[in-house]
Amino acid sequence: MATFLRAVTDGILGGAVYALMAAGLTLIFGVLDIINIAQGILVVLAAYLSYALSVHLHLNPLLGLLITVPVMFVLGVIIQWAFIRRLRGRERTAMSLLVCYAVAVIIEGALYAKFGSTDVSIPTPYANSSKDQVHLFGFYLPYIYLIGFGLAVVAIAGIYLMLYRTKFGRSIRATTQDAVAARLIGINVNRVAAITFGIGVAVTAAGGMVFGATNTFNPDSGYDLISRLLSIVILGGLGSIGGALVAAMFMVTAEEIVNIWQPTWATVVYYAVLVIVLLVRPTGLFGKQEARAQ
Amino acid sequence: MTAPSSGATAAGRAWHVAWRAWRPAGSLVVLVAAILFPLVFTNPAVTNYGVFTLVFVAAASAWNIFSGYSGYISLGHAVFFGSGAYFVGIATKDWHYTGSKVFALLPLAGLLGAILAVPFGLVALRVRRHTFVVITIAVFFIFQLMAYNLQSITGGTSGLLAPTINYAAATYNNPFYYAAFAIAAGTIALSWLIRRSRFGLQLRAIRDDEDRARGLGVRAERVKLSAFVISAVPVAMIGGVWWYYTTLVDPSSGFDPLFDVAIALMAFLGGLGTVAGPVLGALIIEPAELYFQQQVSSGYIFLILYGALFLVVILVLPRGVIPTAAELITKWNARRKNGGGPPGQALPASAPSPEVDLSADGSKGSSPQASTARGLA
Repeated sequence: MATFLRAVTDGILGGAVYALMAAGLTLIFGVLDIINIAQGILVVLAAYLSYALSVHLHLNPLLGLLITVPVMFVLGVIIQWAFIRRLRGRERTAMSLLVCYAVAVIIEGALYAKFGSTDVSIPTPYANSSKDQVHLFGFYLPYIYLIGFGLAVVAIAGIYLMLYRTKFGRSIRATTQDAVAARLIGINVNRVAAITFGIGVAVTAAGGMVFGATNTFNPDSGYDLISRLLSIVILGGLGSIGGALVAAMFMVTAEEIVNIWQPTWATVVYYAVLVIVLLVRPTGLFGKQEARAQ
Repeated sequence: MTAPSSGATAAGRAWHVAWRAWRPAGSLVVLVAAILFPLVFTNPAVTNYGVFTLVFVAAASAWNIFSGYSGYISLGHAVFFGSGAYFVGIATKDWHYTGSKVFALLPLAGLLGAILAVPFGLVALRVRRHTFVVITIAVFFIFQLMAYNLQSITGGTSGLLAPTINYAAATYNNPFYYAAFAIAAGTIALSWLIRRSRFGLQLRAIRDDEDRARGLGVRAERVKLSAFVISAVPVAMIGGVWWYYTTLVDPSSGFDPLFDVAIALMAFLGGLGTVAGPVLGALIIEPAELYFQQQVSSGYIFLILYGALFLVVILVLPRGVIPTAAELITKWNARRKNGGGPPGQALPASAPSPEVDLSADGSKGSSPQASTARGLA
């Protein structure tokens, strides 16, 4: 029973972090109508940034976010401005995937060149000794899991506030609903797209920090992450942040539970659930009907 | 969005007709050159390039039959490639096949590809666009995970080794070359036949507007699934050749995400949805990739270069070499015609000079002219 509770707790705490990373992905999709398959490697890049700050500058990883969040934001804006913005025409869907993949491959190569292929983990002051743990339902949980959960909740709440309580958030929602109409009523759609891409990538700074502190990672971890994130956003319904939250919680918890007795097949849960759900409901849990024209 | 795409079709049509003029001779030259290649260049290092390039010519052409014509971008064709490789590997081991007899397993590998493609397609083709792409990626990861975990069948991380073959060292590559060549040539022929056929027209109608195509009576599900199954067959067969040639398949090389993206990139570079495009793309990219891999000692630098090449291709030539070249030729013809007077009168008047040079290696005469006129109309 304790193992089961542990799995559920891990699933919910970890699910929040995945929800944050997936929220960035689905936000980008909503506004730009592209899937940023570089999101996985960007999480790993952010984790390495936190790692470098923590190891070389001995900076507390939470304080390090003050540096990594703006850095990732700017990187996102640059990627959008330099590459994504130029894509148009009938093959935009496919080309955006290839462009994001190319960006991912370049980042992966750079990370290998700089950090090598050994597994690392971000050292934090919250996971070292037994007093850094909290006793819960008969097992011990390092504080970093709770901190990560809190961080993810705060960041997601921030995204919601931004979307529903600010003027800029309204432009984002308008662009998501109909980019042409948004342009007609005077929204600078290019600016919205660039900033949204920046925000979508900036969330990987927080996600990557928590991911890197609670897991070991290497430059190859991007593939594993992106395949999970894609499953989550599709299950939740592309473009739906609420859907991404629910799907992330569900998927990660399901994986943790299966992991108790079938560790080698746990990852397959993601894809199996995805395929089964889509057989019943092709738009995902909370997705809109797909637009007719492309 | 309508304007550029209709312009592209016009240019594409112009190119298509111009191509038709010298296609028989041109194709024959390429065919003969490909057959003679290992006899002229006997250096194994060179024929090695030939084998790998033909593997990708076949895979990219097959991918294009589905993704290029229908517009559904599959990033899961490595499923068929890896399955073909594993199938030939497992069958060779279990049935104790050796030497050239292993090549007899290739049709069975193709059949397996077709059988796998049916449930895969039935699931994935329920959704469109991005969701379709992600489903193909998800199925891809399921297969890779199976290759890792079903150790009793696949050998897990250590993979499956091919038996050693007692071919003479000097001509060792040739059987693989011709096997890959046969599959590649068959795939290109199939791609050409499909593009000309009613079936190909239905696929392209789906690409342009699926709902409207349905309204016009195209049985979209059946057409899409058929194309998906057809395009899986050569990929599975070429996977078998690849396994026997490289002598090893493991989960990360058989089910390689880079394979999916590489064949898509090749088709994009040459021209998505054209017959010659994926062939041209594979002929450019695969030798370049092999060359870089040998020159750059560190795999990381290679990744960076590869990604950069990728970006350049997509941003500079977003529509591919063949459609872009077709458009340039159309523009050039249009400018010539406008210089000579009203288009209607210019047509017969401009028959001689550069135009003839263009068509000289195929059929002579005015067919490119007529094609351009038709393309512009």
